[in-house]
Amino acid sequence: MRVDSSFENRRGVILAIILGVALLFVIRLAVLQLFSDEYDQYADSNARLKVTITPERGVLYDRNGKVMAYNSAYYDVMVTIREMKNFDTITFCRCLDITPDYFVKRMKDIRNRKLNPGYSTYTPQVFMTQLTMQQSGPLQESLYRLPGCSIRERSLRSYSRPVAAHALGYVGEVDKKDIERDNYYVAGDMSGRSGVEKMYERQLRGQKGVHYFLRDVHGRVKGSYENGILDQEAIPGKDLTLSLDLDLQEYAEKLMANKRGAIVAIEPSTGEILAYVSSPTYDPALLVGNASSSNYATLQRSEDKVFLNRPIQSFYPPGSTFKPLQGLILLQEQIVTPQTSVGCSQGYVFGSQKMGCHSHPSPLSLVPAISTSCNAWFASGYRSMIDAKKYKTPANALDVWNSHAYSFGYGHKLGVDIAFEASGSLPTTAYYNKVYGKGSWKGATIISNSIGQGEILATPMQIANLCATIANRGWYRIPHLVKGIEGDEIDTAFTNIHYTTVGAEHFPCIVEGMHGAVTNPIGTSKGVAIPGIEVCGKTGTAQNSHGDDHSIFMCFAPMDEPRIAMVVFIENGGFGATWAVPMASLILEKYLKGFIDPSRHPIEERLENANLMQ
Amino acid sequence: MATRDSIGRTIDYQVVLIYLLLMLWGWITIYSASYDFDSSSIFSLDISSGRQLMWIGISLLAGGVLMFIDTKTFYNLADLVYFLIIILLCVTIVIAPDTKGSRSWLYIGSFALQPAEFAKFATALALAKYVDKSGYTPGNIRRNFFSWAIILLPVMLIFLQKETGSALVFLSLFFVLYREGMPGTLLLVAVLAIVDFILAVKFGEEMLWNFTGRGLFYVLLLTQIIFIVLLFVENPREGTIWRKVALVHAGVLALGAVVNKFLWQFNLCYVQIALLLLSVLLVLFLHVKKGLRKVLLTVAMVLGSIAFLYGVSYIFEKVLQPHQRVRIEVLLGMIDDPSGAGYNVNQAKISIGSGGFFGKGYLQGTQTKLKYVPEQDTDFIFCTVGEEFGFLGCTILIGLYVYLLIRLIQMAERQRSRFVQVYGYCVVSVLFFHILVNIGMVLGIMPVIGIPLPCFSYGGSSLLGFTILLSIFLKLDAERFKYN
Repeated sequence: MRVDSSFENRRGVILAIILGVALLFVIRLAVLQLFSDEYDQYADSNARLKVTITPERGVLYDRNGKVMAYNSAYYDVMVTIREMKNFDTITFCRCLDITPDYFVKRMKDIRNRKLNPGYSTYTPQVFMTQLTMQQSGPLQESLYRLPGCSIRERSLRSYSRPVAAHALGYVGEVDKKDIERDNYYVAGDMSGRSGVEKMYERQLRGQKGVHYFLRDVHGRVKGSYENGILDQEAIPGKDLTLSLDLDLQEYAEKLMANKRGAIVAIEPSTGEILAYVSSPTYDPALLVGNASSSNYATLQRSEDKVFLNRPIQSFYPPGSTFKPLQGLILLQEQIVTPQTSVGCSQGYVFGSQKMGCHSHPSPLSLVPAISTSCNAWFASGYRSMIDAKKYKTPANALDVWNSHAYSFGYGHKLGVDIAFEASGSLPTTAYYNKVYGKGSWKGATIISNSIGQGEILATPMQIANLCATIANRGWYRIPHLVKGIEGDEIDTAFTNIHYTTVGAEHFPCIVEGMHGAVTNPIGTSKGVAIPGIEVCGKTGTAQNSHGDDHSIFMCFAPMDEPRIAMVVFIENGGFGATWAVPMASLILEKYLKGFIDPSRHPIEERLENANLMQ
Repeated sequence: MATRDSIGRTIDYQVVLIYLLLMLWGWITIYSASYDFDSSSIFSLDISSGRQLMWIGISLLAGGVLMFIDTKTFYNLADLVYFLIIILLCVTIVIAPDTKGSRSWLYIGSFALQPAEFAKFATALALAKYVDKSGYTPGNIRRNFFSWAIILLPVMLIFLQKETGSALVFLSLFFVLYREGMPGTLLLVAVLAIVDFILAVKFGEEMLWNFTGRGLFYVLLLTQIIFIVLLFVENPREGTIWRKVALVHAGVLALGAVVNKFLWQFNLCYVQIALLLLSVLLVLFLHVKKGLRKVLLTVAMVLGSIAFLYGVSYIFEKVLQPHQRVRIEVLLGMIDDPSGAGYNVNQAKISIGSGGFFGKGYLQGTQTKLKYVPEQDTDFIFCTVGEEFGFLGCTILIGLYVYLLIRLIQMAERQRSRFVQVYGYCVVSVLFFHILVNIGMVLGIMPVIGIPLPCFSYGGSSLLGFTILLSIFLKLDAERFKYN
């Protein structure tokens, strides 16, 4: 049949529809391709796989260059399920020393999306983690027979000796807060959680690198992105040289075994911490790797407060170790002279009250008063100062007194490079005004402060720093654990000298008094004496309402050009001479001579074996 | 009898050239889409580009053979071919194995064929022959019925194979009937049906004032508006009456809305239906003496709309496959599911959008290369073009298709034989529908209906089917002067 031309005009309608649709397509294309760049970004995040390269953490050395903490390689066994064809399960199990049942169970767990949310058959899944080189060796050799199996290396902290846990701190996974605070971190990253690891995290962590890869929709890597021009190599962390003496540290910890307490030893001229013991302690390796979280929980639960960083976190009344400082303040304020003599009849009587004292010759001047730790001398001096007319009110006097004590590092954080330092406390006038009422307290009211009891609280670190300050005759550098940073300087906060408000001329008689405590037959610290070394010391007792008193002993040696200043603090150690004094003596000898004289081995043995923790 | 020389002189080289260009461009794009980093050669039979090359060879051979078949044969065998294809479609439903939910593939050795692709030219031939023989006249219901049946039979069978996309392609043949005189209002009605469907589905679940279905309300509102507009258009002389009707509709509806909002909640749709039915009765009453012809369309529209409305929810809930329902819902923005049903379209938009003006360059696309886009060498191949050849490439490709369609329309219009003209329009309609749905789907303005881009997408049956479809028209056109 011939064409019917009556509807020819409809051709125009059909053409219009076709052209309309084409126009619509071109407009839509223009919107997608020319006027919106959001799809570009989607495409990039879709296809670009960013692999972060974690740098090696800096190594920690002791002051003599001995390695304390380093990194060792651990191996995770990975399986890519889709590639596991002709998988030799028997060999696999034998290499890893696991049973076929365990293999089946693990594979089931991997496939369980509830346990393993990142499950994909295309990407490597973790089968076992943190194998040592020895454990993973057999598998490495058999990998060619195990398609789909791969080994991922990761590096974790190792420690050359199980010591200095509280000084070093530990490395753990970052938490939500860290990630919010510092966008360097992503979930799963490791960072220093305490101690040096935390304080020097920025130096130790280095700089992460990134490599970009192309990946397909299944997450499989398909080559380098843009030939790697965007890639950045990781910069390894900086090594740190700690001020600790590893041998001394180990020795001090050995002596402190089964005792609660703290030891801090400082090199007075530099402020470098030579030994830093918090007891009871733990093996830092416990907080590395697979078992770290369960170990952490166990340690956390223990009654011994293992994680309490005693040298900087525990604080007590400093007791008689405070007397040298008391003497210095009184001398500086010209309340007393070294010759001021105070009578003591087994105590100090003020008003109707009496502060007891042990028996010693009487009356005494300043030097023997320190040597014998006479309460009366310091109580009398302190009371004279607080009530002195020249300050007009006891409040003013206490303010002056406090400012001196403050300059020695009391009543505030010293600023050591160890995390979570406590500040101790110096009671202020405001505090006493509140307790007793303004104007209604005087020297006698707060007399306990004179002998380091009362409201004064100090950390072992502050006491050690006092000792170093006395050894230096009037100045200190803030105690610190890190003496060198690879390719960098340590913070000037640790190299600046802090002068006290007490003149250097007042120190010799205090030093003499502390020397007398060791050498004078009536001295309190005779047990610290080491043949051939001039040792200065001062005992102290911190009253403890829960049991035996805590014994404190601070000392430095040699008397001239001192190389070590130290505090030994033993909880429930009773009278200082029993535990703290001989322990300090041994540590001094070890550090200054390098060995313990055989004649003293019995003391060593007695101390090591003593258990004060029952 | 045509000779080699004569076909060489009379064949339309523009169409041949575009056909070859599309096929070649499609082939290199398929290589790019299936390209892997450790890739094999474009000719390797292990990858789709190699197999496509083989199909290109087979198609060219088939096209060549068709050039030497006497044109009368096409006319004479049209019914037989149609009949055989229908039988094959029936057989396929029964014997085809289940491939991703569809039963449309026949396997002959390692060859897989999709009979639905060949039903296109068969149906086109049969329809052309029927229209030619019977002389399509719009008013004749019996003839309409037969021409409709020719189209709807394969639609039904392919629906049963669960190949919705391919089945819908045949509906495009109504376009041909429009060209041949089917009332334009029917096309309009079809458009209206689609709009109604979208409204009804999109707002199907929502409620206005607790008792009134939002979807239903909108569709009825639309029906009321069109009803009144049609009244004015078709019988302008009775404008005063229609104005009153319009006022009553608006007034009652507003009152109903106010009552619903402030006083008492009820289903407003019943009020709408009542209004419409009463108005229809009024119209019928007014025209019962003047003859009902003038208002027939208006009345049919109203009644059809209401019937359709209740049909939609039935179709949507009961007839459509769950994944098809989800696709429609995603397209209508009813569910936002970028990693589920919306994933394909979302990824497609990302790859096209990342192409920019000039594209990333051949073989440089990352989205398609890394298999983010599914079916990237078949239904979603336009993504690869978009990512690698950019806006420029896409526009050129769309331009090629538009040029091809315009050229084919020109060719159809220059025929003296109605058979060839109708067949030509069938080719145009099928190609247009494929392009519209395929590119529209990739660009996110059509629901995801899996049909290939003609002569471009990977797929042997599709390429061969289109080649035969086109070749027959080329042959018929080349001998248009001989043919009566």
